Amino acid sequence: MSAKEQSGGGTVEYIQHHLTNLCAGDCDPVTHKAASFWAWHLDTLFFSIALGALIVVVSWRLSLRLTAGVPGGFQNFVESLVEFVSGQVKDSFPGHNPLIAPMALTIFVWVWLMNFMDLIPVDLLPVIAGFFGIQYLKVVPTTDLSTTFALSLTVFILIVYYNIKVKGALGYLKMFLFHPFGKYLVPVNIVMTLIEELAKPLSLGLRLFGNLFAGELVFLLIALIGGTLAVGAAALFWLPLQVVLDLGWLIFHLLIITLQAFIFMVLTIVYLGMAHVSEH
Amino acid sequence: MNITVTLIGQMAAFVLLIWFVNKVLWGPLNNLLAERQKRIADGLAAAEKGKHELELSEKRAREMLREAKTQAAEIIAQSEKRATEIIEEAKADARSEGERLIAAARAEIDQEVNRAKEQLRAQVAAIAVAGAERILKREIDEKAHADLLQDLVAQIR
Repeated sequence: MSAKEQSGGGTVEYIQHHLTNLCAGDCDPVTHKAASFWAWHLDTLFFSIALGALIVVVSWRLSLRLTAGVPGGFQNFVESLVEFVSGQVKDSFPGHNPLIAPMALTIFVWVWLMNFMDLIPVDLLPVIAGFFGIQYLKVVPTTDLSTTFALSLTVFILIVYYNIKVKGALGYLKMFLFHPFGKYLVPVNIVMTLIEELAKPLSLGLRLFGNLFAGELVFLLIALIGGTLAVGAAALFWLPLQVVLDLGWLIFHLLIITLQAFIFMVLTIVYLGMAHVSEH
Repeated sequence: MNITVTLIGQMAAFVLLIWFVNKVLWGPLNNLLAERQKRIADGLAAAEKGKHELELSEKRAREMLREAKTQAAEIIAQSEKRATEIIEEAKADARSEGERLIAAARAEIDQEVNRAKEQLRAQVAAIAVAGAERILKREIDEKAHADLLQDLVAQIR
């Protein structure tokens, strides 16, 4: 505690508090962090599933009034989204697999929505939750490694599945043995391919997590300008600065969340495309 | 420990969401896009066909118009010919009728002239006889000199 006080206790505590999930199950009673694997992050689950439900409800309602004639505004928007994802899949996925495109669309939209939670003012939802007696709330599901790795591990499982399905179990094994350096460097090949394959889900999950976590942190720091420095007459300087910085980071971050959702989608398509190529 | 059992829940949610999006949004929307593509293709084909048909019927209309024009010209030419024929016929009729009338009038005139001549002759003969009677007083017997008188009459004529 003394270290915290030295580095301006309130600030650190504020950030720590914002980065703590609402934990249930096996949690540390002091820090409220997960103590082992068997802890549920209720906020992550709630927001991701709520956003998933939003996708479900909106697409279900849209499906009821789809028309092949002149499309309305929203159908037009969804159609262009679908055609955009379709184009991405056609560009970077060899062969045909009816699962890839809807999965890519799901990733893009869901990840984008979860990222979008980052643009909601950092204190708004936690304060509202505080009124209901909820002490901790981390609103951006993609700043939780559990979410990003859930996505990347699902993709990884599919990568392994399609590798075995397309190349055969033996062919998949051969890939580890003889790729990339041929049959004389088998031990090196195994290590190289293993790293290559494991790097796929790791980089997918960590990239998304890192970007969103850093973005969230910057929002917290900008929020601190108004929270800690704006005392008395100084507020005349610090508050406008906070607004300007927040607006700038919001606009920039809007680009980042879209880019990250897009990158996750495209890499998923590319990785699964590589799994479908049988010559190695 | 940052990765928790939440991971499992998120994976389940992810898989379910993919299934749902595929079932409700992706599938129907793609069918619809395909259907619209077909509709547009059909529409374009129909438009092309219509254009072609329009061209054909325009061509046909042009042909018909040309035919009608030539027919009309023919009819006009024929009727003009017929008109001149009728006029010629009428002229010929009028001429022959006129000639006939003239001939009849001439014949009548000749007849009248002849009749007048006969009357005159008879009157002259009678006057001559009467004159001779007066001159010769009873000397000339009408019965006895009948042939003489006849001769005289013939000379006058």
